[in-house]
Amino acid sequence: MEPTSRKFNANVRVALANDALQSALGKIESGFVVNRANAAARLPEFDALRDQARDIKDHTLDNLDFYLEAFESRVHESGGHVHWASSAADARRAILDICRSVDAKIVTKGKSMIAEEIGLNEYLEKNNIEPVETDLGEYIIQLRKEPPSHIIAPAIHLVKEQVEDAFRSAHEGMFDPGRSLEEPRALLEEARAVLRQRFLDADVGITGANFLIAATGSTVIVTNEGNGDLTQTLPTIHIVVASLEKVVPTLEDASTILRVLARSATGQEYSSYTTFSNGPRRNGDPDGPEQFHVVLLDNGRSDLLGGPVRDVLRCIRCGACMNHCPVYGAVGGHSYGWVYPGPIGAVLTPSFLGLDEGRHLPNASTFCGRCESVCPVRIPLLSLMRHYREQSFEEKISPPAERTGLGVWAFFARHPALYRFTTGLAMRALAWAGRKQGRFSTLPFAGGWTAHRDLPAPQGDTFQRQWSARGGRQR
Amino acid sequence: MSAARDAVLGRVRKSLGRKTISAEDRAELEARLAGHDRGVIPARTDLDAKSLVDLFVDMAAAVDTTIERVADADAVPAALSEFLARHNLGSDLRMAPDPWLDTIPWAGRPTLTITKGPSDGGDDVGVTAAFAAIAETGTLMLLSGPASPTTLNFLPGNHVVVLRASQVMGAYEDGWDALRDSGAMPRTVNFITGPSRTADIEQKILLGAHGPKRLHILLIEDT
Repeated sequence: MEPTSRKFNANVRVALANDALQSALGKIESGFVVNRANAAARLPEFDALRDQARDIKDHTLDNLDFYLEAFESRVHESGGHVHWASSAADARRAILDICRSVDAKIVTKGKSMIAEEIGLNEYLEKNNIEPVETDLGEYIIQLRKEPPSHIIAPAIHLVKEQVEDAFRSAHEGMFDPGRSLEEPRALLEEARAVLRQRFLDADVGITGANFLIAATGSTVIVTNEGNGDLTQTLPTIHIVVASLEKVVPTLEDASTILRVLARSATGQEYSSYTTFSNGPRRNGDPDGPEQFHVVLLDNGRSDLLGGPVRDVLRCIRCGACMNHCPVYGAVGGHSYGWVYPGPIGAVLTPSFLGLDEGRHLPNASTFCGRCESVCPVRIPLLSLMRHYREQSFEEKISPPAERTGLGVWAFFARHPALYRFTTGLAMRALAWAGRKQGRFSTLPFAGGWTAHRDLPAPQGDTFQRQWSARGGRQR
Repeated sequence: MSAARDAVLGRVRKSLGRKTISAEDRAELEARLAGHDRGVIPARTDLDAKSLVDLFVDMAAAVDTTIERVADADAVPAALSEFLARHNLGSDLRMAPDPWLDTIPWAGRPTLTITKGPSDGGDDVGVTAAFAAIAETGTLMLLSGPASPTTLNFLPGNHVVVLRASQVMGAYEDGWDALRDSGAMPRTVNFITGPSRTADIEQKILLGAHGPKRLHILLIEDT
């Protein structure tokens, strides 16, 4: 997809004015957030497991070369193929070549963020292969020709009436036009019927992977619908597209991380389907794919490994950070302008696309720290966002007005006496100006604030003077 | 593809600041790979065998799996017939060609029409055994193989699993140990926790997205 992260501010204005989006986003807090808290509370070992998940990921990253080679050789032993891809283009090309080897017309897909990252659907279509998304949310957004707005709930920005519209137009001629599609159950039944045939017709099935297991050469998918399993079981060829950092050493390591994955994501104890795949079908197997391919994508990750944001490679893509982010909850995933939204996207987008494109995203945070507090692998998201904020300033990527403003603030911050004098003066001036109303509904240079709420007029003294007056500790 | 492989691994090694892995480090890593060391195992499964089965039943029920406990294998055909009648499912069963399932006295229920093999998508009811059951989260562990087609786990609208109480284990890791004891890794290991579900439309949970709408376990009390 063509990124629009550089237009973040414009995207946000559209999102805030979209009533359907605001209604859909309002359900996150009572859904994902409450469910996660309950799941964590039910498992006394939850925080210890988070520590172990972090340590497993760190250990694997420290030895990524070893574990990737081990994984590759185990896949070969079980009769599968591994294709290394430096870039998105290399990965797309490898997948197309495999599809063409069997003259594929229809390709079913399980949900994969890596497939989104490399823009796979668009590329397959250009090459006359029809990609069919089979995860219900992904299917809906494919029909609407839009990108996912959430990494595990891609259609979370929609209300059911929008889904109904999409189905009525895409399924025209397949069902009675007078049918009722008011209830989510009716929408699901219709999607199930349409996609069931697509599963059976597909020549190739493409899934992502939540884990790659070095000890066994297994690829692992975690789903609730069972669409990933039908995608990879029914066609002649199963292609797994996965990025380098998905590898973990053993089945036991994956089991540890799986204990925090679903709980952090949806608040489930375990997802409905956790599937380990090893090579193609065996002698005597009555079903399963005849070929098994793993496309291993780098796309900049090997460089991140040696740099200041390396910790982001621990991410297991649970979505907890965005579920708990007040900014995401207000503006939705599409505002972020690329594949990965929310706090994790605020780090990944500048990492993959550069600060010219992504510099707004690390600034789109109140730094409340809720994302960090729920991350199952304890990624220091605030430090990583702060790293990109600093880099924007130092490399003069942020606009001059922003840098001048920060420069002025820095000057005062370095001269405490002047700072206290000036803020005291400004406060008294504001208090005087607002003495009648007690609040401001407009202010010069602060229209962005006062457009949505009033600014209370200051009362009493400055914070620092009150702090001193109450005997607060001085530095 | 070896050029791409060398390029990727070369960049990884550059970032890690090493050209090769020392023999000592390599031996340590190989040992970790071969070691099957476990992480924290939730204490909820520290139970005697009978309580572990109860935990499995409770956890499975919490995710909408239905379970019927039967005294022995002889009771399975009648229990299955009742399940079919309860849900108006007819009498056709697509069954895994599993030698253990064959020991169940199906002939006592001549109304059941049993065919064997993988599913082509036209079956209402699939019947399989399981390799193990994990009490921790009410999860079934199924392995692909000549006697257990993977399609039976996903295509039929109803999945009936005939399980023995003696197959219930505590943690996923117990399942991995049992799998290694039993032989090689199969093509597919399915951990199944409840029927297929989705919450993709307005976060409302619905059962039966693409896989089975019902997951029913007939649990034989053999312990």
